[in-house]
Amino acid sequence: MDIDLLTNIFYAMVRTGTPLLLVALGELVCEKSGVLNLGQEGMMLFGAVIGFIVAFSSGSLWLGVLCACLAGVLLSLLFAFVALGLSSNQVATGLALTIFGVGLSSFIGAAWVGKPLAGFEPVAIPLLSEIPLLGRMLFGQDLLVYLSFALFALVAWVILKSRAGLIIQAVGENPNAASAMGLPVLRVRTLAVMFGGAMAGLAGGYMSLAYTPMWAENMTAGRGWIALALVVFASWRVFRVVLGAWLFGLASILHLVAQGIGLAIPGNLLAMLPYVATIVVLVVLSRDAIKTRLYAPVSLGQPWKAGH
Amino acid sequence: MLLSLEPRGRQSRAMLWLSPLLAGVLTLASGALLFAILGHPPLETFKVLLIDPVSDFYGVSELLVKALPILLCALGLAVAYQARIWNIGAEGQLLIGALAGSALAVHIIDWESRWALTLVLAAGTLAGAAWGGLAAWLRTRFNANEILTTIMLNYIALNLLLFFVHGPLKDPAGFNFPESATFGDASRLPAVVEDGRVHAGIYFALLALVAVWVLLQKSFVGFQIKVLGLDKRAAGFVGFRERRLVWLALLISGGLAGLAGVGEVTGPIGQLVPQVSPGYGYAAITVAFLGRLNPIGILFAGLLMALLYLGGENAQMAANLPQSITQLFQGMVLFFLLACDVLILYRPRLKLKWAKRAALQKAAA
Repeated sequence: MDIDLLTNIFYAMVRTGTPLLLVALGELVCEKSGVLNLGQEGMMLFGAVIGFIVAFSSGSLWLGVLCACLAGVLLSLLFAFVALGLSSNQVATGLALTIFGVGLSSFIGAAWVGKPLAGFEPVAIPLLSEIPLLGRMLFGQDLLVYLSFALFALVAWVILKSRAGLIIQAVGENPNAASAMGLPVLRVRTLAVMFGGAMAGLAGGYMSLAYTPMWAENMTAGRGWIALALVVFASWRVFRVVLGAWLFGLASILHLVAQGIGLAIPGNLLAMLPYVATIVVLVVLSRDAIKTRLYAPVSLGQPWKAGH
Repeated sequence: MLLSLEPRGRQSRAMLWLSPLLAGVLTLASGALLFAILGHPPLETFKVLLIDPVSDFYGVSELLVKALPILLCALGLAVAYQARIWNIGAEGQLLIGALAGSALAVHIIDWESRWALTLVLAAGTLAGAAWGGLAAWLRTRFNANEILTTIMLNYIALNLLLFFVHGPLKDPAGFNFPESATFGDASRLPAVVEDGRVHAGIYFALLALVAVWVLLQKSFVGFQIKVLGLDKRAAGFVGFRERRLVWLALLISGGLAGLAGVGEVTGPIGQLVPQVSPGYGYAAITVAFLGRLNPIGILFAGLLMALLYLGGENAQMAANLPQSITQLFQGMVLFFLLACDVLILYRPRLKLKWAKRAALQKAAA
């Protein structure tokens, strides 16, 4: 393996890990507030199709990105209304959101399949992007990847350093105590769910406007689900999320690596890798049931109603 | 707050069954609105979607063909969901069943014995059960969340199937199409009517329906499953073994989904193709919930879902609507169902602000 190949692999790893990172950051905040939203895949797809249609029709990629986020928020509000407002089972509601999002996006996007779009191009930062190995990976990406770095920093700061982060975690650890202290539990949770929706929508927009600038049914291919596993992988700790996202990015581009070192493995078998890796990671990390329970927000997935 | 929810104190049995109906009505209403917005006359579009496909005998037979895999998968899921084991993997278990059955059927393509079909069906069912068992093993041995593992196993199963259909199982005489050879007659499910595609798999669905009903409603194991689903700690206290029940639920649901898959390739399709299932395993999730995890309820919900699949195909041809309307309605009805389910435990009350204020003033005076 020569250095050019490695540089390219690192570059593709971050690029492929970006949608995972975005969704996982959103879901992390959501889960910290005690809400398990399994609808990530649905929100991503809806974001992807809306982002694509808006960008294609208006000619503005950034308008597409904005609308992708809004699309994610819109679906997340549906989830919030049913799961938080009507305190339904969060697992079933999240599943419903994914099924709905998959159906809605294919329905809306049917007329847009296979249309060409000039998506986001890489914007190399002079000098920095020429650092060997890591330069292209960190400074030779498109603008949405840089945005994902910024959002990562923002989420890390909010969770670790800000008052808002404390409030979110208080609500997630013990909603009754938080409510007794006067914190508006359901409002905090709704906002966290909306943030998760925006991030999933953005990740969808990244897929259809930058990663592969086009729309195809189910183009996210389970990334929303992998991101959910990533949050477990990260033991709900924000720095591990970025590590995990990029590692999974690497697992998804191993066909590049295989080609690079001259291995001929059928594409369908290599395509299984990220999913197999997800299972392996879940197995390794969940084995210790007590530890898992220690890191997970205590009230994760439990419906909560004021005055109960 | 104009509308407030008051706890009923206990479940309303009426709402338990009215809620799916209400969800259906709300879905129809939203569908009508959607059609109107898109410029399709709602009533005519619903006729194309829900009535035209079953207006003749062939249509009804097609309805049963489609209902079959959905029912088998949903019945299995009901067993798992009663125990609150969230098996999302019916799709993958179905695909693996189809794959294993096909692998065997292609190898015994020249057999003329009736054992051929039995063996192929058994292979598919066992493979599906094994795929479900994999998730059970991961959960009981390693504590890995079954929602995520079963979803991942779906994607793995799909890629396995694609690998085999593009590789080892591809028909050498098939002009390089990604299809297996057509199975021998001895490993095909026989048709049960003359001018339709309904096949003997229908008996399996009926059998599974009765078996799951007996299991859930009449057997001690079914009771254990329900207790586990309602209260895990209580199940532990009375000594029900959780691991065993997790295994059982996932083996049963996996096996039934595997049977659904092998039923598709030995029944209507007759060979292994990349598109064995248009998402039957996912549709079964909606069907299981809509049928209230009850076999009889699932029968009706499954027929409805099959109609939606037929209607989707018809709408694409006759009304130029995307076929994915099927998935859209699936999602809508599930969402409405979960929202309506709040009425099982809560009673809606209209509360007008001024009335509340008046009551407060009265109390103060």
